Amino acid sequence: MVAFTLSHVVGDPVAAYLTTQDVKLSEQQLQRIVTAHHLDDPLYIQYFYYVSDLLRGDWGISRVDSDRPVLESIKMYFPATAELALVSMVFALALGIPMGIISAVRKDKPADHVTRVFSLVGVSMPVFWLALLLQYAFYYQMKIHNLPSLPAGGRVDQFVWMDHPLHVITGMYTIDGLITGNFAIFFDALVHLILPGFALSYIFMAVFVRMMRGSMLEVLRQDYITLARSKGLSERIVIYRHALRNAMIPTVTVAGLAFGGLLAGAVLTETVFAYPGIGRWSTSAIVRDDIASIMGFMLIIAVVYMMANLIVDLLYAWIDPRIRLG
Amino acid sequence: MAETILEIRDLKTYFYTYAGVVRALEGIDLDIYKGETIGLVGETGCGKSVTSLSIMRLVPDPPGKIVGGKIMFKGEDLLSKSEQEMQQIRGSKITMVFQDPMTFINPVLTVGDQVSEVITLHQDLARESVQTKIDELQEKIVQIDSSSPDRQRLMGRIKELEALKDNPPKPSRREIKKAALHKTIEMLKLVQLPDPEKVVKQYPHELSGGMRQRVIIAIALSCNPDLLIADEPTTSLDVTIQAQILALLSDLKNKIGSSVLIITHDMGIVAETCDRVGVMYAGNIIEASETKALFRRPLHPYTQGLLRAIPKLHEDIENLEIIPGSVPDLIHPPSGCRFHPRCPFRMDICDKEFPPLLEIEPGHSVACYLYPEKKTRGGRAHD
Amino acid sequence: MKAVSEPTTRSRFGIWWEERAPQIRELRFTLYLLRQSPLVIAGFALVGLFIGMAIFAPWIAPHGAEERFWNLPQEPPSWEFPFGTDTTGGDIYSRVIWGARLDLAIALTVVASAIVIGSVLGSVSGFLGRAFDEVLMRITDVFLAFPALILAMAVAAALGRNLTNLTIALVVVWWPTYARLIRGQVLAEKERLYVDAARAVGAKPARIIFRHVLPNSIFPVIVQATLDLGGVILTAAGLSFIGFGAGAGVAEWGLMIADGRSYLFQSPWIATFPGLAILLSSLGLNLVGDGLRDVLDPRLRR
Repeated sequence: MVAFTLSHVVGDPVAAYLTTQDVKLSEQQLQRIVTAHHLDDPLYIQYFYYVSDLLRGDWGISRVDSDRPVLESIKMYFPATAELALVSMVFALALGIPMGIISAVRKDKPADHVTRVFSLVGVSMPVFWLALLLQYAFYYQMKIHNLPSLPAGGRVDQFVWMDHPLHVITGMYTIDGLITGNFAIFFDALVHLILPGFALSYIFMAVFVRMMRGSMLEVLRQDYITLARSKGLSERIVIYRHALRNAMIPTVTVAGLAFGGLLAGAVLTETVFAYPGIGRWSTSAIVRDDIASIMGFMLIIAVVYMMANLIVDLLYAWIDPRIRLG
Repeated sequence: MAETILEIRDLKTYFYTYAGVVRALEGIDLDIYKGETIGLVGETGCGKSVTSLSIMRLVPDPPGKIVGGKIMFKGEDLLSKSEQEMQQIRGSKITMVFQDPMTFINPVLTVGDQVSEVITLHQDLARESVQTKIDELQEKIVQIDSSSPDRQRLMGRIKELEALKDNPPKPSRREIKKAALHKTIEMLKLVQLPDPEKVVKQYPHELSGGMRQRVIIAIALSCNPDLLIADEPTTSLDVTIQAQILALLSDLKNKIGSSVLIITHDMGIVAETCDRVGVMYAGNIIEASETKALFRRPLHPYTQGLLRAIPKLHEDIENLEIIPGSVPDLIHPPSGCRFHPRCPFRMDICDKEFPPLLEIEPGHSVACYLYPEKKTRGGRAHD
Repeated sequence: MKAVSEPTTRSRFGIWWEERAPQIRELRFTLYLLRQSPLVIAGFALVGLFIGMAIFAPWIAPHGAEERFWNLPQEPPSWEFPFGTDTTGGDIYSRVIWGARLDLAIALTVVASAIVIGSVLGSVSGFLGRAFDEVLMRITDVFLAFPALILAMAVAAALGRNLTNLTIALVVVWWPTYARLIRGQVLAEKERLYVDAARAVGAKPARIIFRHVLPNSIFPVIVQATLDLGGVILTAAGLSFIGFGAGAGVAEWGLMIADGRSYLFQSPWIATFPGLAILLSSLGLNLVGDGLRDVLDPRLRR
């Protein structure tokens, strides 16, 4: 529902724009196009056609990109972004959860202060700048000092790709590489993911750690923790068995929201690293005033975000029995 | 004299806060005998809960700290034990029941999990798991025909297991879980929860307040503790449930043979359930005696005030009596006897030094200068 | 002369001051708490630094934002050019200072506008309730369902790529937060008795809002605004980096980084310093915002 409302909002200012694209065409052609796209019809009719087109799989055509269907572009670029986002998130969670716990448990001790500064910087850091720094440090500097360096961008090395062609299944090169036993590609793809993945995950991690810490502190103040301690349980068990589950509840919700930030960050990161995902695609679309593509982009983002929140809701219900059983 | 299981001497617990040092406990003396129910009464903020937390050494640190004294539990000083050793005592030898069953139960774990946890932690379930196996087989036998050869086989197996009972093998994880579950259901039956098999799988929010409190009691009693500390166990419950819970507690206490320390501000509960009672005021125990004696002849002016303030059914009063003044600030407590600013019998000596707790009559001690030493046993006497 | 124990007349200001006495005490307590944490103080220092840069730019920047030393492109940092020069010979040090003026101005404009629009809509919505409220909530849902950058991208794309539209786009993205915030406050306050009392006296709803509700909502709004200032700076820079907002040559931090990107390896300083500026200004704002939030949390105050 949200996506539809939104796409309407997006479609609205944009639809008006569509006409200015075809300045080069003659009057007649212009008129034909206008009628074909129902542009002279009232708004709600346009919207109706828009939605029905969407459902039929017609997400518009990119005028700028030699009339390539938008949906095709999305299909081409989406898996790359998905892969990047997944890797970043996994990494961020793997590091972020323990960091949050430690920070809360050792409140006001050095570990806590370090973590807090770390996450504060992460929240204030411009992603694209970090990406550039990483490129500079790990690609350029290492190269000129003759150290093995991490790639500056792209998804796989051309040469590796040529030598070991990949049978693409999911579109995610790491997974496909594993499945088909093509370890050269697997490794290469992984290496290419390191820098952008790190940049992206740092931002996400920062938000997550802050939330985790706060949530954990809240929980540790609760009465049932005192009861748990009075049972004679070791502090470790108290933290991991009793406190953690409760602390995860609000954190999971926030993680869903932060996921949006991950998507936004992906746009910037992909641009810097020339990573062929929908983020980079969208920026080039915008720069070229490719309206249809932009609309498609908005739509897919909305869909992805909705799905992420759905997953969050499900997780929420799974962790908190109060929600499950009403 | 009956056997003493807990002796507290001169216990001092302070809280170090931004506003200053809160002297929550300023030298408490208390004895608890085996098998008795002793009450600890006082107004809110007098240090009753802090006492219980100090015994368990669960005082939140920061900002709290036990700064002095001894707590002798069965001959050993709890204050000198390591955290590991305390963890072995908590939940099995000394356990606690808390005030508010809403907030004191973990909402994301099942009832069964929370009870089994204590059992699995503190008990060696080797024997139990063998027993559980036997019970399972017994159930199976009932369903089988008496003539079938399977029966013979099963009975043979049972005999084997019975033999193992004296020297049981180390059980596997699954067996432990099963045995613990078994015991958990037993405990839930013991606290009179209806349909224990169902409750075991339920989550706390599916139960009523009274039921939840029973669960907490089950947790506390599952390892047959020597001492059960009940901190205002019925304050958040309905009056009708209150009576049930109290009856349950005394019933179980007798079955298991534990001592119970009930902390409350309700003199009614004290009168109903306690053998002895200690009265606390602003961080000190100012009177201690057998319950009947206290009610019949309260010695300390504060106790007298407390009892006077409770309207009694047979009296016809116009106004409720109060004790004038208010509870002192524990950061800057009054000097000497902390009650002296509000005491109608104040003497000169009262603000100089805190009066020692002296036994005036057998089994009845009070800390007040009104009562000169009649029967002393070298300074700090206790009943 | 008889000794006067009490002033017999009081000025209106005197009365106003006395009425505010408890609030002033609160304020002083707040300042005291804030002073406790060194991180917060550092935050204030950073924010102060950047505000100072923005205000005093004309005086402290050695060169103008537009000045170019065409003969000295891509110079590394030196005494004359502390941060080096960029591809067209502009002094990066000066441009960073001028950039503070621009980015902070944008941030302030955006947040201020968002607050005003959000407050108006939020309070009206909270007060009127029913249909209007429902509709507004749906609309904010739509807006809040999107990550800030992406939504801003869409709006900016539709409107055209220049600074003004960038600002507008950001306002569009940010107002729902405040609408929700204020609405929440209004709803909470509506239940309070003094509103009924005021109504009984015949006060009009608008008056009630202004005199009672808004003053109570100031604190959460301030916290949110501070944090959002940081967020806006980041987003605006990000958008400029991609190609929105500032046209070529303008001293805007994000744009400067984009310029430096092509020559990242040869002349890393071009991209580094503007990014540092973004990081530090955002950091300062976040520190202050966090500090304020912790301090204003009623549970943590004693």
